[in-house]
Amino acid sequence: MELLYFGDKGWGDELFFATLMTIAVSITAMIIGFIFAALFTPLKLSNNKILNSIGNAYTTVIRGVPELLVIYLFFFGGSGAIMFVASIFGYNDYIEINAFLTGSFSIGIISGAYSTEVFRGALQSIDKGQFEAAKVLGFNKYVYFFKIILPQMLRLAIPNLSNVWQITLKDTSLISVTGLVEIMRQSYIAAGSTRDPLFFYSFAAVLYLMLTFLSMQLLNRLETKYSKGY
Amino acid sequence: MISSFPKLLNATLITLKLLSVSLIFGLFIGLGFAILRMNNNKLINKLAYGYSYIFRGTPLLVQIFIIYFGLGQIEYLRTTFLWVVLKEPYWCAIIAFSLNTGAYTSEILRSAFQTIKPGYLEAGRSLGIPSKIIFTKIQIPIAIKQSLPAYGNEIILMLKGTSLASTVTLMDLTGVAKYIISTTFKPVEVFIVAGGIYLFMTFIVHNVIKYLEKKYGFQT
Repeated sequence: MELLYFGDKGWGDELFFATLMTIAVSITAMIIGFIFAALFTPLKLSNNKILNSIGNAYTTVIRGVPELLVIYLFFFGGSGAIMFVASIFGYNDYIEINAFLTGSFSIGIISGAYSTEVFRGALQSIDKGQFEAAKVLGFNKYVYFFKIILPQMLRLAIPNLSNVWQITLKDTSLISVTGLVEIMRQSYIAAGSTRDPLFFYSFAAVLYLMLTFLSMQLLNRLETKYSKGY
Repeated sequence: MISSFPKLLNATLITLKLLSVSLIFGLFIGLGFAILRMNNNKLINKLAYGYSYIFRGTPLLVQIFIIYFGLGQIEYLRTTFLWVVLKEPYWCAIIAFSLNTGAYTSEILRSAFQTIKPGYLEAGRSLGIPSKIIFTKIQIPIAIKQSLPAYGNEIILMLKGTSLASTVTLMDLTGVAKYIISTTFKPVEVFIVAGGIYLFMTFIVHNVIKYLEKKYGFQT
């Protein structure tokens, strides 16, 4: 237990901040994923064949390729790509991107592919009459989307989104390969310097279990809130 | 880009080996725990649920690290025959993958068994069919049909999961891809080749499952 003391003696405070980092990366990645989903869901539902295949390519490729490979692509390729863009504007120095940004961006792209599928499914299972009724009643576009379609879509999407959240949370453990100090990386460091890997990795597992358990409780509450009236 | 292709194809064999061995082990583990989950004894039920909860609630990476780095720390284990298995990264990865996919498989199979309508079993019993035959000829085929789509997803998730073997020094497809990227600094090209190989495997799994779904697609 001494290993978990806060302060200089133990690893308690380091692991605590690492947990906060995991939460921060997961939330950022989830939000980036929503942005991607907001861009690609309309493409997947579009009637235009080219737009449609762009949307399909995104979800198929990302969901068919290992997360680790995507992370390596951005980790090794990210700064190169940004330096290339910068060189067009005449900036030739070395640019290093922050590990937090690369990490949450690569996890965000992965999480976005899953979110896109969830939103597509939810939108498609809303009764067609709802769209027609809203149009016939002459609501403007804002009310049409935010007050009529979105609440119904969220009700259907939230149970699946909580699965996406779990996947995203667990995927953040993979960013430890880029050196960002989250739970996995911190346990690796602690295990290396104390020669007690069994304890630290098991403790990491407990931390992840706690995170998934607590977030499930919260999301279940959200689910009951949004399915009010059904 | 082309010169890296043979190396990556070689590594694909290791990925496929890891995948197939852990899927076979995982299927047996999953079936065992699914049967335990349907047990009426509350304690056994809770234990089986705890197993699947823990393995589904923690990242696969943590599980591999506990087995590969963690278990070697126990002095007692080093003296038993288990150490022969546990010192090999290959077997550690297989143990972690099997236990992980076993947890997901047990959930898939449990829900498949539970969705079988009691009427089928009652019909079987009232026709005087022995319960062993009811299990093998009625419950199993229906359960296979029910669980195929979900199990197909699990195979694809596991295929992607095998990439984590590269973190414990195994040179699977992702491991070799990373090695080539870090020596040549051509991330995009290597990503396209390695990603293409993964996509091709996903595509095949997807279509095999589709074919099986059609074959077992009787009305229930």
